[in-house]
Amino acid sequence: MNLRRDVFQAIADPTRRAILLLVASQGLTAGAIAANFDTARPTVSKHLQILTECELLAQRQTGREIYYYINAKKMKQVADFIEPFRKMWDDRFNVLEAVMKAYQKKDQH
Amino acid sequence: MSYGIRVIKYLNIMERKTKINAEDGKQDIVITREFDLPLELLFRAFAEPELVAQWMGTKVLKLECKKHGSYLFETCDPKGNVAFQANGVFHEFIPNRKITRTFEMDNVPFGVQLEITEFEKLTDDTSKLSMHVIYESPAQRDELLKLPFAQGLNYAHNRLQDFMNKLK
Repeated sequence: MNLRRDVFQAIADPTRRAILLLVASQGLTAGAIAANFDTARPTVSKHLQILTECELLAQRQTGREIYYYINAKKMKQVADFIEPFRKMWDDRFNVLEAVMKAYQKKDQH
Repeated sequence: MSYGIRVIKYLNIMERKTKINAEDGKQDIVITREFDLPLELLFRAFAEPELVAQWMGTKVLKLECKKHGSYLFETCDPKGNVAFQANGVFHEFIPNRKITRTFEMDNVPFGVQLEITEFEKLTDDTSKLSMHVIYESPAQRDELLKLPFAQGLNYAHNRLQDFMNKLK
């Protein structure tokens, strides 16, 4: 439970979401990730630490470099938690849009 | 390759048409949605009982759209049994701009919610809705996020189908 709470904290931050997108297709070093942001390097390191602690990122040593990879399994858990609620509202609003479009047409006749 | 694409798909769920922002440990959520409807038409969907009834899939027993006015909705399951009643009071009702109201479901231990809904014109034909919902506690919020599915109150998808079929 605590772990899941941490995960949501992690993705609530826009910089951390951007980091996840960056490493989605390939592993990157901390330096390569930091090069994409204007923020100070230690700030990026802190974000990487948080993402690693809640297992959204995994580290792998290749030679002298440490590469960061995304943990797809964990990402799926995150999406699954809020998705049903979001879907309910999306469905509801789709009905609203359809109802009002029909209403608008009727109004014009 | 598919590995990366799959992950991007999960992240994009947060960027789809209806967006939910629910930060961990907080007692509120923000729901936003852009509509392919003029602002006035979007607002009317919240102000006229028969329209509310259609898109919410609920009976509107009372809807007094004014400050200190109150409302009462009754939702039935597909067999016609009363599934739940919801009621609340309007604190602000500013046409085409803002609705502030309380929301409470009867006979469930989830307390009362404060809903601040803002309406915004994007273009002549599009508009944006933003609902800020505040719960009594973070724990209540998290329980309610799971509720619609646990209790099977989500018939919206079927309603859309029914509605579209009627138009044919």
